[in-house]
Amino acid sequence: MEHTPPPFFKRGPAPLVRLAFFASLSVALLVLDARFKYAETLRSLIAVVTYPLQQVATAPGQLVGRIAGFFASQSALQKDNAELRAKLVASARDAQRFEATAAELEQLRRLIGAQERLALRSTPVEVLYSGRDPYSRKLMVDKGATHGIQPGQAVIDEAGVVGQVTRVHPLVSEVTLLIDKDQAIPVQVVRNGLRAVAFGSGTSGTLELRFMAANAEIQNGDKLVTSGIDGTYPPGLPVATVIRIERDAVAAFARIVCQPAAGIEKNRYLLTLSTDAKLPEYPEDAVQPERKAKGKGKRRKEADGAR
Amino acid sequence: MFSERPQYILLPVRIGTIVASLAAALLLDFLPWKDIALVPDFVALTLTFWCVRQPRLVGLGIGWLLGLVMDTGNGVLLGQHALAYSLLAFAAITLSRRILWFPWLHQAMHVALLLLGAKTVELLVRLAAGAQFPGWSIVVGPLLGALLWPVVSFILLSPQRRPIEVDETRPI
Repeated sequence: MEHTPPPFFKRGPAPLVRLAFFASLSVALLVLDARFKYAETLRSLIAVVTYPLQQVATAPGQLVGRIAGFFASQSALQKDNAELRAKLVASARDAQRFEATAAELEQLRRLIGAQERLALRSTPVEVLYSGRDPYSRKLMVDKGATHGIQPGQAVIDEAGVVGQVTRVHPLVSEVTLLIDKDQAIPVQVVRNGLRAVAFGSGTSGTLELRFMAANAEIQNGDKLVTSGIDGTYPPGLPVATVIRIERDAVAAFARIVCQPAAGIEKNRYLLTLSTDAKLPEYPEDAVQPERKAKGKGKRRKEADGAR
Repeated sequence: MFSERPQYILLPVRIGTIVASLAAALLLDFLPWKDIALVPDFVALTLTFWCVRQPRLVGLGIGWLLGLVMDTGNGVLLGQHALAYSLLAFAAITLSRRILWFPWLHQAMHVALLLLGAKTVELLVRLAAGAQFPGWSIVVGPLLGALLWPVVSFILLSPQRRPIEVDETRPI
């Protein structure tokens, strides 16, 4: 230890001491947020500061978009109009058939005493920008808690499920895309009703069915829809199509890769859906061990938030 | 290496300049960029600049607070940027007596190292929390940031430069 003369000027604690203090504070916050999810109140406090900045930052882009929309060429508009009209006719036909089928289904359900399905509440949202985190796949949309958005709601486009609302601020909310590595969605094969859970695969933009036995009855081109047994996603929404199956004799599980049905990174306008379906409470003794399990406990919390 | 460059005598820095520059950097970072990995972290760059130029005024505490604001604004793990920025501020303050002796290019190389270090801290935190490696494009941002160092230095120092025009009525 070298001897230094006492300082002439008081400068507070040494830089190394400060570094140790702030680094340990950061690590404590990280652990609180990543492990225990206790940091949400602090986050909402700081959001008071960041929110005006974010509003100012997104304003020019929105203004440019509005001006570009004003000057959109007539031919493009006409083409769009014709396409939309054709689509409308097709959808009207489908809708009529759907109504008839829905009425019939309801009658049949009443016959067998099944619980009536409640209508879905939907809110149209516009994508503000994609998430500013290269480690995850998220979107920010322009509606929040004041518009009735709740964490856990499913987000769809016209072709299928896009993702799930994971964090709600007063005026904006965050949507985690299906292809995010930590996102999971319960699905069902349309052809034979086989249930599975699809996980995002991170960077490649595909989904993966994990923990399916190597001899599971699934084939290329199988359509996957939401099964609805989680109580979070409404049943029957298109999710993905199976595009590749690798059955390895050594591994216990097959590797099943699926292409999402929705244009996950293309659309500007999306729809959030919420069900008022009331699932029966979980039995007490079944809850205890699952609360401790990490992954399942998380999904349960999201499901609770949606209800 | 230590060329005989003319050394300007700068006016003392105003706190308002620092606050305004950090706010502008936050604004730039919050712009809806297409691919965030390719965009330099303006807050980290501005923080490095002030830590190098004014280590008595701007330091770890401000870096930590800015990090928290970035964490909340970006919706990432709380503490990720805070940890990276406090380490960045510490390194910048440690290097502050050394960097300014070098010509611009060498300064930018120092800064590239600092920004890459901060990015590596963020990467390690996220990998530890279970994220996937997002690809090597994340090193582009820090390198672009280092290239911007002379520009940022010129812009942020301009409020402190003395006016060049000579006052004719002054005796000397």
